[in-house]
Amino acid sequence: MAKSRKDASKGCRISDVLLTAEDISIVFGGLRAVSNFSCELKQGELVGLIGPNGAGKTTVFNMLSGVYTPTEGTICITDAHGRTHNVHRKKPFQLSKIGIARTFQNIRLFGSLSVLDNVLIAMHSQRGVNPFDVLFRTGRFYRDEERLRSKAMEMLALFRIDAKAGELARNLPYGEQRKLEIVRALATNPLLLLLDEPAAGMNPQETSELMELIGFIRKNFNLTILLIEHDMKLVMGICERLIVLDYGRVIAAGPPQEIRDNPAVIKAYLGEEAMIDA
Amino acid sequence: MNPKIRLRNFILLGSISVLFVVLPAVLISVGVIDGYTAQIFTLAGINAIMAISVNIISGITGQLSLGQAGFMAVGAYSCIWFSQVALMPLPVAVIAGGLLAAFIGFLIGFPTLKLSGDYLAIVTLGFGEILRVIFVNLKGITGGANGKRFTTILAARADIAWVVIIGILVMVVILLQNFLRSTYGRAIFSVREDEIAANSNGISVFRYKMTGFVIAAFVAGIGGAIYAPFIGFVKPDLSSFNRSVDYLIYVVLGGMGSITGSILAAFILTYLQEFLRFLQEYRLLFYPVILILVMLFRPQGLLGMKELSFTGLMDKLTAKRKPENG
Repeated sequence: MAKSRKDASKGCRISDVLLTAEDISIVFGGLRAVSNFSCELKQGELVGLIGPNGAGKTTVFNMLSGVYTPTEGTICITDAHGRTHNVHRKKPFQLSKIGIARTFQNIRLFGSLSVLDNVLIAMHSQRGVNPFDVLFRTGRFYRDEERLRSKAMEMLALFRIDAKAGELARNLPYGEQRKLEIVRALATNPLLLLLDEPAAGMNPQETSELMELIGFIRKNFNLTILLIEHDMKLVMGICERLIVLDYGRVIAAGPPQEIRDNPAVIKAYLGEEAMIDA
Repeated sequence: MNPKIRLRNFILLGSISVLFVVLPAVLISVGVIDGYTAQIFTLAGINAIMAISVNIISGITGQLSLGQAGFMAVGAYSCIWFSQVALMPLPVAVIAGGLLAAFIGFLIGFPTLKLSGDYLAIVTLGFGEILRVIFVNLKGITGGANGKRFTTILAARADIAWVVIIGILVMVVILLQNFLRSTYGRAIFSVREDEIAANSNGISVFRYKMTGFVIAAFVAGIGGAIYAPFIGFVKPDLSSFNRSVDYLIYVVLGGMGSITGSILAAFILTYLQEFLRFLQEYRLLFYPVILILVMLFRPQGLLGMKELSFTGLMDKLTAKRKPENG
């Protein structure tokens, strides 16, 4: 046990930061999709990850959440008990138990299951039953099911979609599907929430609602958020810090005002000529 | 709320057992239902168990298996062996047959369930055919191509066979429903819906695919283990690809993912095959035509993904009665 814990934190520094990524790179065939990406997320921070299309933002997310294993570099996360884990070769479901939750760019709900079931599935690792309780419907089964259900309904109520708990997830309107995906991610009790373009396909009205929602989540769930977004108004409005990626490299990092005036960022987004005009 | 639900479930269980298990058995033993019809419907019960098995892996876990008859054959032969050589009493031999099939399912699943796509279909297809060849050549245990005789009271008494086989069917359905309507069941459904999303939400995709696969193999093993004493004779053909496809047809016709749909389709199609006998060889022409028509007009199967719910039915009945009282 002691040995495995030591192994788990191999190559990680123990500190007060929640997550550190050091020099992570990933190579697909001959393509270096992300190279030498480093970042440090402090507890409770809201950080934006921006960059032009194809810059490698989602690839970074996939590495942080265990979908891809980085070719080089280490990612470490500190769990709720203060233990540090190396993310390397851990599967997404293991990282979910440590405290990394995410949403997807193209919404991935369990479409033909109910809204409530979608949230309950994310609470699977909080179950208090064993297969025997379930097969023979012991008292413990009913109590545990009731506990999970009321907690899931509470979460749905926080986001005002509890009235649709019984509907199939795929029948929800687009905005509510995005909301449900966030609720589902929150139901895993995360320390770090990765939001992949939460405002994609939303109108300005919905986007400003989403901004409020993200602020609300931070206040109520006490977690760290890393967010990919193209909507500059949203990103500039709520993020404390931005990391800008272009062609798989970090080209700038810092507070939003600084990023706005950074020549390298303007060049990456608008091209060389815009620079001269500016 | 809790004791009320329990009482309702208890009443429901009682009435289901009386209606489907005891009543027909009594009718068979007094001769109202003749032996021939009884045998067809008992066989339909076994087919229903097999259809449920295929449904667990294909409709519920979302993996295509074309070798479920292989697990059935494992259950059938091992039940005979456990009973005749190891001298176990029949009920123990049936369960042991199911467990052996489940264990083999675990072994097969280990290398294949990590892969995605159609690999599982190909491997299970091969598995059934390989087993058939093994059963033909393992003459000492299986009797080779001539098959193996196994006479028990189930083959002689139609009423007892009905009680045992339909009783097992009811038990399988109830335990399975209990399992599926729990956090474990939801985990399995999530794997079918979206593996990547399930994985990111704390569900070990491999573990729950394996759970579904092993349960399916166990149910198929049980199906085979009661098939052997009921028919009284087992041949290596039991494990053939054709048979696996027959069971898959029941599932597709009943509705992928619907347990009650599978049972309904198994009973209807088993009876239909007998009913069409008056057409003699044209029977083989009409059976596929009926299947094609169903798929044309109801591509999602008879019940789609829904279940015929007895609890739902009972709740509706009691709910209707309440306003009248008040």
